[in-house]
Amino acid sequence: MTALVSARGVSKSFAGVEVLRDVDLDLAAGEVHALLGENGAGKSTFARIVAGVHRPTSGTIALGGAPVDIASPVIAQSLGITLIHQEPISFPDLSVAENLVLGRSAGGPLARVPWAAMTRDARRLMDVLGVRIDVTRPMRGLSIADQQMVEIARALASDARLIIMDEPTASLTPNEVATLFTIARRLRDEGRAIVFISHRLEEVRDLCDRVTIFRDGARVETAAIGALSDAEIIRRMIGRPHQDYMHKTGVAIGGVALKITGLTRRGAFADISFDVRHGEIVGMGGLVGAGRTDVARAIFGVEPADSGTIEIDGKPATIREPSDAIALGLAFVPEDRAVAGIFRSLSVEANITAAVPGKIAPRGFIRRAVEKTLAADAVKRLRIRLASVRQPIGELSGGNQQKAILARWLMTDPSVLILDEPTRGIDIGVKAEFYDMIGDLAAQGRAILLISSELPELLALCDRVLVMSEGRLTADIPRSEATQERIMSAAVPASAGAAA
Amino acid sequence: MIGALLARREVGLIVMIALVALVVGLIEPRFLTAETLRIVTLAIPLILVAAMGQMMVILARHVDLSIGAILGFAAIVAGMIFRDMPQLPTIVGVLAAIACGAVLGLANGLVVTTFNLPSIIVTLGTLSLYRGLVFLVSGSKQVDPQFIPRGLISMSQTSPIFGIPWIVLIAFAIALATWAFLGYTRTGRQIYAIGSNPVAAPLRSIRVTPVTLFVFTLSGALAGVAGVMYAARFGYVNPGITGVGFEFIVIAAVVVGGVSINGGVGSVLGVTLGVIFLGMVNVALPILGVSAFWQSAIYGAVILLALVVDRTVRIRGAAALTLSRGTA
Repeated sequence: MTALVSARGVSKSFAGVEVLRDVDLDLAAGEVHALLGENGAGKSTFARIVAGVHRPTSGTIALGGAPVDIASPVIAQSLGITLIHQEPISFPDLSVAENLVLGRSAGGPLARVPWAAMTRDARRLMDVLGVRIDVTRPMRGLSIADQQMVEIARALASDARLIIMDEPTASLTPNEVATLFTIARRLRDEGRAIVFISHRLEEVRDLCDRVTIFRDGARVETAAIGALSDAEIIRRMIGRPHQDYMHKTGVAIGGVALKITGLTRRGAFADISFDVRHGEIVGMGGLVGAGRTDVARAIFGVEPADSGTIEIDGKPATIREPSDAIALGLAFVPEDRAVAGIFRSLSVEANITAAVPGKIAPRGFIRRAVEKTLAADAVKRLRIRLASVRQPIGELSGGNQQKAILARWLMTDPSVLILDEPTRGIDIGVKAEFYDMIGDLAAQGRAILLISSELPELLALCDRVLVMSEGRLTADIPRSEATQERIMSAAVPASAGAAA
Repeated sequence: MIGALLARREVGLIVMIALVALVVGLIEPRFLTAETLRIVTLAIPLILVAAMGQMMVILARHVDLSIGAILGFAAIVAGMIFRDMPQLPTIVGVLAAIACGAVLGLANGLVVTTFNLPSIIVTLGTLSLYRGLVFLVSGSKQVDPQFIPRGLISMSQTSPIFGIPWIVLIAFAIALATWAFLGYTRTGRQIYAIGSNPVAAPLRSIRVTPVTLFVFTLSGALAGVAGVMYAARFGYVNPGITGVGFEFIVIAAVVVGGVSINGGVGSVLGVTLGVIFLGMVNVALPILGVSAFWQSAIYGAVILLALVVDRTVRIRGAAALTLSRGTA
């Protein structure tokens, strides 16, 4: 294989901290190359250097044998290198067609915008990709998957030779992932190089030809994907042997903690009934958009249901807003921590104690000492890695932010804990810690409702798996009968699944 | 379909304009006469011209609070040239006013881009600074009506066509040019792009600083044009009165006209309708015999009401769209 891009001795430091150390790596035309590693391992930094977002502190990059200075994303683009972000960068108020053209059109400041030609070209690109997106609509409101397609179309329009996808599948449904992979394979077969960054080994195996593993800022290994087993890959990523996720054992299942009957919210979900017992971990699977998060938000009073009843420990509960739910012993760790979970600019301690104002500020004034003790205690218990409890939570890694959010809710000593995609986008190592923690929480007699799109996670952790599809509960599968196939067949809408 | 139509700000504005005309006309039939139409038409040009500049600034996710003071400065400079150098042709004073506006606008832009400061704070400062300059250059003395050139004053009275005064035609010509510029030129679209996502703009090789300087300069220059129109329409320039509170009316018109205060969204048609709506309310209040004490409060309340109605209608429209999709 001839190298399209050759990196030699690439290092990068931010404010004196070395995040990438002496990386040599070749990317070949006509391959899909996976970059794997824990968060902070350096894979994204490397990708961004190649795409001109960061400049290396030292080292060289050659394109087609000739050394190049990729000083900015604009230069990268002119060299045929495109980076597709996990949450694509776009101009939400402009049309899809304009988003495709912006930054590529020639001419002076008063050059005429050729609307008709622009729309025509955009339609043609969408046809080439085989996706149906109305190019005259604004970007705002497009699904993440469609936004990524627009980015890929952009890359094609500028005739990109190297397309880097940074965790493109993190918020896609299985169908959307399949479409993306089909297109990625086609681009590869046309002789382009594709770099694929993901946490999901399954997907990497499905799509990629070669894999490079990063750990602690250094390249650990590059190999054909078939040459390494999952266990070997994970061992190289985390630098220690991988343990299988253990299902909690010997935990007594108690009485019904949370009982939902006929819960309905118009336009979101209908007639949802289930219960969760003390000590039980109940999973909730389904496709993105099936209404799982809506149900959780309704139970917690964020957007209450129109009808249906909620009972807690056998007593009917009226939950009109989250404070009612908290008072009844419920806790809810939301899906998108960046939006709904953390107060980014506030300290870790303020974030951890945010759910218990009564404990830290009994008379309205915050007792800093109490706040600090409570937070420090939680940090130790959940093994949150940080410099100081006073540092802004936004500076922590995703996994540690997530732990802090969990710590916040454990402060309220909840008897029912709802976790919505708690391990999305966090490292395999931290994931394992999370699984242990969830098991421990159940062992303490708490009832846990775990919403997850990762089937192995549901299968490994849960006593029962509920499945939702298009706003309805379609399955309630006990652990002994749960398989990936059963969950998926219940998750796919009836009109799409031939079997139903 | 109806939802999509209701979701359009322009339609809502036309409905509100019709409603105000109808309600006021029912209470006071005098309102629905050609004379009122003339007064409303004359109330519009200053606001419309400045609103075009302000619109571009807000589209780029900035705001220019200093336009009232810029208007005052441009008007006093023009007035003093008319008074102290009567031998010069009128056009000199006019061009001087526009140039002054452009320079003060550019100064706003330079402070914003060089020090990366929020424009709301920068222009809050220059609002006061520029007003101070108005008093300093004029020695706090008014330019009296007899010094304003007849030719200029007649611009708001005489008409080349259909009895529409010159300054009204000029204002609409500027609006039309703005429409073409924003919709059909590279720079125009880049203004939308910057406001829509300022972080991404440089990644798409948009040169944010020059474009930002441009919108502030243009906003200042158009406030300068409005300053000349002030002299033409009212026939005097007073350092303590001319342009005071003007930024409030203009920003209100722009926002009522559907320009998102977060940038990136808004149409020239919407802003024009917003200006007409506010102009009408402005004229209707005294005709209804609302006392001067109440006018300001009612004016403000009407603006808030317009925003609330618009937001409600649009949320309904969006909900109708979602529902029809959901049940299909």
